[in-house]
Amino acid sequence: MMASRHGTGFKWIVPFLYIVFLMLPIYWLLNMSFKTTNEILGTFSLFPQEFTLDNYKAIFTDPTWYNGYINSLIYVCVNTLISVTVALPAAYAFSRYRFLGDKHLFFWLLTNRMAPAAVFALPFFQLYSALNLFDTHIAVALAHCLFNIPLAVWILEGFMSGVPKELDETAYIDGYPFWKFFLKIFLPTIAAGIGVAAFFCFMFSWVELLLAKTLTSVDAKPIAAVMTRTASSSGYELGLLAAAGTLTMIPGAIVIFFVRNYIAKGFALGRV
Amino acid sequence: MTLALKNVSLRVDGLMHIYDTSIELVPNGFNILLGTTLAGKTTLMRLMAGLVVPTHGEVWFNGVDVTGVAVQKRNVSMVYQQFINYPNMSVFDNIASPLRLARYNKDEIKQRVSEVARLLRLDPFLKRKPSELSGGQQQRCAMARALVKDSDLVLLDEPLANLDYKLREELREELPRLFATRERTVVYATTEPSEALLLGGYTAAMDEGRITQFGPTGEIYRRPADRVTASVFSDPPINTVAVRKHGARFTVIGSDAGWRVCDAFTRVADGEYEFAVRPHHVRPANGVADGAIVEGKVLVAEISGSESTVHFDMHGQSWVSLTHGIHCFNVGQTARFLIDIDHSMLFSMAGELVAAQGG
Repeated sequence: MMASRHGTGFKWIVPFLYIVFLMLPIYWLLNMSFKTTNEILGTFSLFPQEFTLDNYKAIFTDPTWYNGYINSLIYVCVNTLISVTVALPAAYAFSRYRFLGDKHLFFWLLTNRMAPAAVFALPFFQLYSALNLFDTHIAVALAHCLFNIPLAVWILEGFMSGVPKELDETAYIDGYPFWKFFLKIFLPTIAAGIGVAAFFCFMFSWVELLLAKTLTSVDAKPIAAVMTRTASSSGYELGLLAAAGTLTMIPGAIVIFFVRNYIAKGFALGRV
Repeated sequence: MTLALKNVSLRVDGLMHIYDTSIELVPNGFNILLGTTLAGKTTLMRLMAGLVVPTHGEVWFNGVDVTGVAVQKRNVSMVYQQFINYPNMSVFDNIASPLRLARYNKDEIKQRVSEVARLLRLDPFLKRKPSELSGGQQQRCAMARALVKDSDLVLLDEPLANLDYKLREELREELPRLFATRERTVVYATTEPSEALLLGGYTAAMDEGRITQFGPTGEIYRRPADRVTASVFSDPPINTVAVRKHGARFTVIGSDAGWRVCDAFTRVADGEYEFAVRPHHVRPANGVADGAIVEGKVLVAEISGSESTVHFDMHGQSWVSLTHGIHCFNVGQTARFLIDIDHSMLFSMAGELVAAQGG
């Protein structure tokens, strides 16, 4: 009894320190976004001395800035939609049927993720230019499928294998045709898995810079590419950059909110 | 309704799962598939339902060959050992789903579902999701779905195996009554001989992908056609020992132990046989002077409530004695056991039944 009471006094310290270190860079980014560039370069302060929203105002009024966000959101959403839609039947096949080389193919899917995206930048650039897809949203969305579809297949396969195949059989016995069963019973059953897969596709597409930058110039320029612009013309606009960075974190935070309960299972690729 | 398997066999990846099997289920009866795990009960059921197509042979349903017909087009229902319900639907929608697919009108669906729900005492839970039910209720929901549609064939694959003891007893009593509401053929798979005896009807004993015998349950229990069937229909496994019949006496081969031949076996020709007796017909011979008494070293002794289980060494064979009351033995001691020779069976050395008495 004494020991435990004694222990509670300091138990909070480790998690507290951990959270402080974790949150510090994020706080600093937020802090900077409300400062002027002069203040950032001039003084060291924990709070903005001259609180300003000018940085955000600049982003929301300048089309080259906010179009960056719109472009990114478009290709990320299109990519997430394509990846999950394509991965669903593939994952079902891997989890329910046995076919020649299924295990090798399944592993090969994962190794696709291990190749650095940079390797594919040049061939993609050539290919999409030849097809007149250069600088379009769909080009980036398709390019990101390269690593997102295998990932989605892996995550969904794990969730699907957690559903007993007797559920499929019961539905067939009850008279469900395959597609009706798949859409009305199976998909709702693995809804959490679909959410997690969509989240990961969204995040990986959102943070990917190299392919997105290579395949676009003006019309589909992603926000990450726009952000590099501030380092050129009139010196460093650090305040603006910090505001842009803060805004970049928001979509991910929103998506993670919806799948927060299943995210750990997703990191284990559905295998728990 | 009739269901017949004609020379059906199933091979998966070069492995035989079901060997050449022919069986004609008793129409509108309770057909029990009895066998240990991996005996092929579930596989046989999946063949009957049409979930798997046999490698060879034909499945005939009401006099029509339905071998390649999709399961959706056959009028069957099935309940699994695992509690399988549609997790995204309420209990009502779960039970109603086969009717909706068969395009019944709304009022009739409502009326039928509530009828079945009352029968299975699910009516207070119709609005809940299956995950909010207890195990027994989940399984009752699965059974309700199987009952609600007018299927000719109902397959129950160890439906009570995952339930706790009390619920199992309760549902087991209800089962025959539930399925008697309409003329339908029921197939019930179980690993427990006692369950088969309780449910009655007809039993097909299964072992390693083969049906060893099919007939009225009591008949198979009393007169198993061969040794394999006898051991499938005995829990704990039936005791056997090789004996030589010489006139009116059996002698254990390789020893001088022996006992009198009972009346039913007197007409059997002299020679070597396999003598078999169920564990509950072997009891400790406390103070008994004569009769078929054997001696053996006690290997394991367990007392569970009101029953005593003693494993002992019977001239090289491990025998089990199962008796009411508490009998204490020390492992390693030599004890005397009395065989009830009026409840025994005699098999040829090849395993065929020669004679049986009692049961």
